[in-house]
Amino acid sequence: MAALNEEQQMIKDQATAWVKAQAPVSKFRAMRDQEAPLGFFPDTWTAMTELGWSGLVIPEAYGGAGLGYQTLGLVLEQLGRNLVASPLFASSVVGAAALMTWGSDAQKQSVLPSIANGSRWVVLALDEGPRFNPTSITTRLEKSEQGWVLSGHKTFVMEGMAAHDLLVAAEVVQPGLEPELCLVLVDADIAGLSRVPMKTMDARGYANISFDQVLVESDAILDIQGSLQTVTDIAAATIASEMLGTAAAAFDMTLDYLKTRKQFGQVIGGFQALGHRAASLYSEMELTRSCVEAALVALDQSSENSSELVALSKTKVSEFLHEMSGQLIQIHGGIGMTDDFDAGFYLKRARVLESAYGNAAYHRDRYASILGF
Amino acid sequence: MSEQVRDLESFRAEVASWLQDNFPKTLKGQGIAPFGGVEGEVEIDPDAALWRDRLASRGWGTPTWPSEIGGGGLSHVEAKVLSEEMHRVGAINPIPLLAGMGVTMVGPTILEYGTEDQKRRHIPGICSGKIRWCLGYSEPNAGSDLASLATKAEDNGDFWLINGQKVWTSGADISQWCGALVRTDPSAKKRDGISFLMLKMDQPGVETRPIKLIAGASPFCETFFNDARAEKGDLLGALNDGWSVGKRLLQHERASQTGARPTSNKVGLTLQDLAKQYVGEDEEGKLLDSDLRTRIASHLMHTKAHGLTVARIAAEAKGNPEVSAAASILKNSATRVSQERAELALEAMGHQGIGWEGDGFTEDEIEHVRGWLSGKAISIYGGSFEIQNNIIAKNILGLPEMTQKG
Repeated sequence: MAALNEEQQMIKDQATAWVKAQAPVSKFRAMRDQEAPLGFFPDTWTAMTELGWSGLVIPEAYGGAGLGYQTLGLVLEQLGRNLVASPLFASSVVGAAALMTWGSDAQKQSVLPSIANGSRWVVLALDEGPRFNPTSITTRLEKSEQGWVLSGHKTFVMEGMAAHDLLVAAEVVQPGLEPELCLVLVDADIAGLSRVPMKTMDARGYANISFDQVLVESDAILDIQGSLQTVTDIAAATIASEMLGTAAAAFDMTLDYLKTRKQFGQVIGGFQALGHRAASLYSEMELTRSCVEAALVALDQSSENSSELVALSKTKVSEFLHEMSGQLIQIHGGIGMTDDFDAGFYLKRARVLESAYGNAAYHRDRYASILGF
Repeated sequence: MSEQVRDLESFRAEVASWLQDNFPKTLKGQGIAPFGGVEGEVEIDPDAALWRDRLASRGWGTPTWPSEIGGGGLSHVEAKVLSEEMHRVGAINPIPLLAGMGVTMVGPTILEYGTEDQKRRHIPGICSGKIRWCLGYSEPNAGSDLASLATKAEDNGDFWLINGQKVWTSGADISQWCGALVRTDPSAKKRDGISFLMLKMDQPGVETRPIKLIAGASPFCETFFNDARAEKGDLLGALNDGWSVGKRLLQHERASQTGARPTSNKVGLTLQDLAKQYVGEDEEGKLLDSDLRTRIASHLMHTKAHGLTVARIAAEAKGNPEVSAAASILKNSATRVSQERAELALEAMGHQGIGWEGDGFTEDEIEHVRGWLSGKAISIYGGSFEIQNNIIAKNILGLPEMTQKG
């Protein structure tokens, strides 16, 4: 853990204590078993907003705490440890970041305070197929006689069923002009918009969303200067914190099992094959943590090499979580295969997070390109 | 500006002006070559000797060691300033190289365990860069299982009498002193009958035979002790407590090996540029071999992660790089960085990467091959990759001593 200031240490301690006491994995299990319609429990979210997390990175002028991504990462890591389901990442991190980055004063003024107090969920609708591909958008925004019209199809929108509003990535198509990327702020209940829940293995609330000639006011358009990268970088770097937490909890469960499970008359952690596996997993986790923290600090400082570090962070954490969640099952043996035990939740969640905002292969390729080969 | 910052800046100015007056310009950017190379195979150049002596006169070859016995008496931050200023003018500190194992391992252990008399007799020689130390640890039947060592030392009243054989003794043939682990109580349990002795290499009872390694050079020796002698006052630490002393020394060794260094001494092209040179690139500048490109990217990411981790651990220790269990993590990680890089470079070079000698290959190409070969030792020396994993499992993770079953 990087050296923290007093405020960061306090937030970290608070998050650690709250997650432990108020959001054990059994709470996620109950949510999964009850098939909670939103993909999270509203009371969990209320408690989180009371702790101030829904406005953590939103500027004070818009009702938030104005803190940085490194601080946010401390909270996300703890949430990741116990698989806490909430709209924090989709709305208070990604949705808020998009508005903070590209929103006009009026757009910020009208939306950010309600994201900060947790009453309104505003999420990014970006992907259009099974893989992350933010430069190839076919959803179109066109001028018609009635005004701007939005048409297209979005897939796997996080908290897409719960969301009050969507920030839809679309190409503005105007006669005589080059098509240009933009975001459109759309009320999720507007005419012409339809949502279908996607039942995923991590039991969260994803939606596929269609836009059929949806009418949009011109003040709902955000000019993103041609690229979504600023916000997709923030998304990748922050979700990496959650992933680190998920992986760290999987490691701790595994280490605990290595110290307690006995076979051949001794604890299995004393067998070199398993002890060495634990040693390399731990070493890999230490390396991964350094990358995750460095990327968040780079975002906070707007460093020149922040994209390079974000690509590094998301690759490393995806690789580590992949391996760790697999070893969690393998080392637990048969018990790891049972639904009664939590290991399966970690494995399922791991694969979902790995592919979010670009998997390891995506960011590895990007890293090479950034380094000029 | 705080007083501390002001002091540091005036220290920086003092160093810069001293370097201006004292660093021979002929050595600028020359690296270690004028000092006899890594293995001390070449005679030291006169300017290099001058620079060594001037640096030693300030104690700046061992900047943080006590100034009364030859060190520089600097704080860690001042030492950093010194190294930055030296780097700026293209100067290197040759003393850690010239002292063999003296600066990185034996010296810190003497400073920690030695008597005042031992410090006075041994530390100044290390600081001068004129006394080279080797280490007598491994034996033919005591490698990873070091505690099985059999070389014995008997108390002959006036001196210690030493008999046995060591192996993989780096630089034994060019060293003046040796720090050796020896058995002083054959009846005690393995680890409890070992002591740490310091002895002169130039004496009738010591014979060294260089071992030629796969890369062609002979950096290691077999060392034979036949009635060799050590002074009674040269037992480091308590009698039969050599295992703790020796283990501590190894921690210093690991700490000195946590930086990933290239297996080839030539600094120059980045790995990706080297690969482009031999493999070629497409119109977007992407390496033509996409599989190699992916693996180079993975390697560079691991390299970056390693560097960030070294920095993070140092920051968490508040700038005081104390030797710790984390050194095992970093040693293994540094090993991977170095060996992976050498393998990828060799692969990228294709048939130009299989050269041994002759005009068909450039000097750099041969250097890569030799470095790749000698780099295979990194995961063996200083506690093998597997031994480091044992240490991580036991000391960091709290798992029991490793057994092989299961």
